[in-house]
Amino acid sequence: MSGANRIAGQGRLTPARTARFTFDGKSYEALEGDTVASALLANGVHLVGRSFKYHRPRGIVSAGPEEPNALIDVARDAARRQPNVRATVQEVFDGMKVTSQNRWPSLTFDVGGLNNLMSPFFAAGFYYKTFMWPKAAWEKVYEPVIRRAAGLGTAPTEEDPDHYANRYATCDVLVVGAGVAGLSAALAAAATGARVILCDEQPEVGGALHYDRSVTVDGKEGFVWAQEAAAKLAAMENVTVLSRTTAFGYYNHNFVGLVERVTDHVARPDRKAPRERLWQVRAKRVILATGAIERHMVFGNNDRPGIMLASAARTYLNHFGVAVGKKVAIYTANDSAYEAAFDLKRAGVQIAAIIDSRSKPGDAVLNEARSHGIEVLPGHSVVDTKGHRRVSSITVVRNGGGGKRSIAVDALLTSAGWTPSVHLFSQSRGKVAYNAETGQFLPGTYAQDCLSVGACNGTNGLQATIEEALAAGELMARATGNDGGEKVELRGENAFEWTGGMAGAAEGAGADTNVKAFIDFQNDVCAKDIRLAVREGMHSIEHIKRFTTNGMATDQGKLSNLHGLAIAAETLGREIPKVGLTTFRAPYTPVTFGTIINHSRGDLFDPARKTPMHAWEEAHGALFEDVGNWKRAWYYPRAGETMQEAVDRECRTVRAVAGVFDASTLGKIEVVGPDAAEFLNLMYTNAWDTLKPGRCRYGIMLREDGFVYDDGVVGRIAEDRFHVTTTTGGAPRVMNHMEDYLQTEFPHLKVWLTSTTEQWAVIAVQGPKAREIIAPLVEGIDISNEAFPHMSVREGKICGVPTRLFRMSFTGEAGYEVNVPADYGQAVWEAIWARAETLGACAYGTETMHVLRAEKGYIIVGQDTDGTVTPFDAGLAWAVSKKKTDFVGIRGLKRPDLVKEGRKQLVGLRTKDPKLVLEEGAQIVADPNQPMPMKMLGHVTSAYWSENCGHSIAFALVEGGHSRTGQTLYVPMPDRTVAVEVTDMVFIDKEGARLNG
Amino acid sequence: MLLIYCPYCEEERSELEFRHGGDAHIARPTNIADITDEEFAEFFFLRDNPKGLIFERWRHIHGCGRFFNAARDTVSDKFYASYKAGEPKPDLSAVHPATEKTVETYEATEGTAK
Amino acid sequence: MAEQALRKAPLGGFHGGSAAAHVTAAGPASRLSLRAGTDAVTALSKALGLDLPTKPKTSASSDARHALWLGPDEWLLIDENGADLAALAAKADVLHSAVDVSHRNTAVLVAGTKAAAAIASASPHDLSPSVFPVGACARTVLGKIEVVIFRTGEQDYRVECWRSFAPYAFGLLAEGAEDAGL
Repeated sequence: MSGANRIAGQGRLTPARTARFTFDGKSYEALEGDTVASALLANGVHLVGRSFKYHRPRGIVSAGPEEPNALIDVARDAARRQPNVRATVQEVFDGMKVTSQNRWPSLTFDVGGLNNLMSPFFAAGFYYKTFMWPKAAWEKVYEPVIRRAAGLGTAPTEEDPDHYANRYATCDVLVVGAGVAGLSAALAAAATGARVILCDEQPEVGGALHYDRSVTVDGKEGFVWAQEAAAKLAAMENVTVLSRTTAFGYYNHNFVGLVERVTDHVARPDRKAPRERLWQVRAKRVILATGAIERHMVFGNNDRPGIMLASAARTYLNHFGVAVGKKVAIYTANDSAYEAAFDLKRAGVQIAAIIDSRSKPGDAVLNEARSHGIEVLPGHSVVDTKGHRRVSSITVVRNGGGGKRSIAVDALLTSAGWTPSVHLFSQSRGKVAYNAETGQFLPGTYAQDCLSVGACNGTNGLQATIEEALAAGELMARATGNDGGEKVELRGENAFEWTGGMAGAAEGAGADTNVKAFIDFQNDVCAKDIRLAVREGMHSIEHIKRFTTNGMATDQGKLSNLHGLAIAAETLGREIPKVGLTTFRAPYTPVTFGTIINHSRGDLFDPARKTPMHAWEEAHGALFEDVGNWKRAWYYPRAGETMQEAVDRECRTVRAVAGVFDASTLGKIEVVGPDAAEFLNLMYTNAWDTLKPGRCRYGIMLREDGFVYDDGVVGRIAEDRFHVTTTTGGAPRVMNHMEDYLQTEFPHLKVWLTSTTEQWAVIAVQGPKAREIIAPLVEGIDISNEAFPHMSVREGKICGVPTRLFRMSFTGEAGYEVNVPADYGQAVWEAIWARAETLGACAYGTETMHVLRAEKGYIIVGQDTDGTVTPFDAGLAWAVSKKKTDFVGIRGLKRPDLVKEGRKQLVGLRTKDPKLVLEEGAQIVADPNQPMPMKMLGHVTSAYWSENCGHSIAFALVEGGHSRTGQTLYVPMPDRTVAVEVTDMVFIDKEGARLNG
Repeated sequence: MLLIYCPYCEEERSELEFRHGGDAHIARPTNIADITDEEFAEFFFLRDNPKGLIFERWRHIHGCGRFFNAARDTVSDKFYASYKAGEPKPDLSAVHPATEKTVETYEATEGTAK
Repeated sequence: MAEQALRKAPLGGFHGGSAAAHVTAAGPASRLSLRAGTDAVTALSKALGLDLPTKPKTSASSDARHALWLGPDEWLLIDENGADLAALAAKADVLHSAVDVSHRNTAVLVAGTKAAAAIASASPHDLSPSVFPVGACARTVLGKIEVVIFRTGEQDYRVECWRSFAPYAFGLLAEGAEDAGL
């Protein structure tokens, strides 16, 4: 037998199929299908961790995702290690290494346990009150110490070697939860022909049928029926059944996030398989069959290992074949726990007593208990427990007073009743309603197309649940237009109907006591902490939650919320619904970052856009810079060259000979239609109707508020066709901006826009020898200076392929921009390069392009402008038409703030020390000796060493800059203050002679 | 994530295909160059930001590319109508209660907890 | 006379995926972004030799030429034989905008029993046969990029994207195809 507590003939696992794992270095045997929790219990291990604040010994409380205590670290290898895994959910695989958390040096002897002795000082709000003064201590003492002590588990430092997948899915009906209710709903929905997705977080379907052995459906044992039903569903073409799949978030418009755990339970997973798969499901209808979670009893020292939920003990026995103790007592306020006693008794476990806080338990279970010879103590309570690493005895008193009786036990099962799992319903923005009769918050007002069925809807009784679920399944499927199939009927029978339940502190843990009666195990919150919070003035449940941290641990208070609320309500003297429930937030259980990002890692994190000439540039030693998603050749260092040396050489060569530059990333928009010129008149500040076909013009685009939005050269290809260029980064937003105006403000214009950014590869050839370089390659275009002057465009051929050849310049040199269909880009580039290299020209990158344009005073929108700069501020008044009666921004430009004196204007700067290059972003002042804080006049927008000028150059936005030419201003830097002279922005060839060469 | 009906594609599509475009039914004045500062402020800067029903523009940018208008409840995110650009504002008084004009303040919502 | 420049496709030689979903690069094709009002549809259809679809998400094909409805006044025309589509459209002599996008776009082909699942690894678009039958097409998103998905057969999809996004699209589809094939 794998583990001394495994009982022959009990449970559904196969004894022959074993797996070995280690816990804190010690090897244990488990059975395939075990969870870490069931395997540990089978081996008699109850102590699995230390509590967060007091470091108290803690054991396994539950058998499901609500587990607050048994958080473990699970590892395959150094990189495949995950902390804070719930032992009650993690399946054992052969070779798995499990380590306990939050203890030092060892689980059984933990130094942090001193916190327990100090606990009078660790009351609710302790952190808020204690670490307040002196203020300086926060940074140096409190925060570092608290940070080291806080947090559960340690994150792995290695990169995650696993991969994760994503799947978008649509369906008619999504059913969440595959217990009796979910399976019934799915069967009814699927029968209509509807597309159904059924998901369940457990490895096998069945939900409560894992433990509730007294149920039969259609004459079969419930769990067996469930497996058959799931198999039937899985075989249907219109149904997808997902096990080990948690619906963790319910978002707008029936969008539900599921996480499928694909390989975490497998000893040797297929490395092609993802570790987890995210399902993003859009369902026309959703059925929530999420069941209910059993609450624990709140009494003194209720947190010792060996004290667990009654239903969990049934799961360990009936599903895993594990007895959680040899002498077990039950403490309950609710009938369901009696069945744990019956099951254990039948399996040969001694039942010490059933202590029922109610004076009148349900007759059926009471009679059954007596027929088993089990001692039942109605109207009694457990008020204390003993035992260091495991409970050894309990103290029982009669309610209202009387003598104490000590009962020796090695396990205590508790049940305060059932909390419907309304988490997803609440996430869907549905409003819960309090049912005073059952003491439950239930789905009240629905916000989306969904229905709750079964225990999560507060429905009692097996047959009632089945009928409710069948009806919901059919209703929801028919609502999506599926009308096929026959009515599904199912007959369920169970041994007992359950009544009872309580919330809040039990007898002996009331307001008059000071016992540690835990409500939130994970965050160590006791009943008295809630009362203290109320006494200290927290009256809203949201404030109480934050002050005490109740429900703020990773289990999100699945066990504790209702208890906390009931105690708060009692202390406040208000009814529970008046105090209100805290908000349920996604995720229902923790989701890994890997699942959330799934495919977006490495090369697929973000598209890396490469131009058609990228391979050539790479082969010729270019370094690249990111511009948006584009990879642009930055500069081409030769062996031994620094960046500055390479850029200086490129700058010199372009002006002395010529250079070749990849300008493919510039945005391009083809504007076509009879009203194209009129449309551009409205979109740009310049006039376009006067531009003749074959000519180009630099255009400025504003937003309606009058600020510069984008710029670029526009060529008129034909009367009704323009080739518009935009900045590299601005291409998508300019397209959207134009479409917006075209569709919504100027829909009467006959014009269409098409993005052609990627249709064309663009090769800029700039410099005195530019014409000589391209001349032999061009056909059908007279490229002489007279026939093809600066700012012209022609269509023809280059290297035998079609081209749109622009005569234009962003360097100040005579130059061309060769546009060819992108697939030809590299071949044409190579042909041009062969010529260029022979003539002594160079290839240059974006850094040289930036320097050369700055030498000529050309601005870069987004670098020299920042969304608060008008064309007048930028010295581009010449580009704003004075004749037009309308263009986007015409009114914005007249706003009082945009025309007033003293606006920041773009100017050139020269440092008094010519070798000194300013820092972009540096602030500018008039008087460097003025007291702090200084009056700042503006800032440097561009700054470079200009090899061609022999001195540094810069642009800056300066208050009243245009009237400061010749003034000396100062740029205070950490190590010195730099004196600068305000100049105009053109540093080279002021008359523009070189452009027309 | 929202599911948005595109009146041009005639079906609901994922929000991922759309881009929000601000308030609807704000026409750019045809005489924009001549309007006063106050009129410009009203046209360009000032919006109601209602709690409840809002008429707003969407662009099916990664779909048919069209701008259109929709009526959405800013609290529930429920869409009440979706219609082509240029069409008049639909009358939704029958399906949606009047928009609350109250401003939500800390004092109003958290006052009792103070 | 310069040497004739040779074409270099953005996804030359790419192939991947799984047995259940092959992912390959499509060959070169001529493509046209065609814009026109409803009044021009008949004349343009005649000139192009196929009926321009006017219903959302539909396409028309004739031999190796396809017209995909992308918007109420927008079609993507693809000719796998490389015909000069702009010249054909010009014959119609009705108001329209024809812009050559042959080199702007490239395509990834996804084929196999799990082709739809492979695409669904990154695209939220519903590819269920009831709403996306053979011949259906739509512009949508794939991961962080825009694509046009065109269902060319029961198990065949053509995914058109801009050329610089092609390696990303291919990588996503190949990963999705591997996962769909498990």
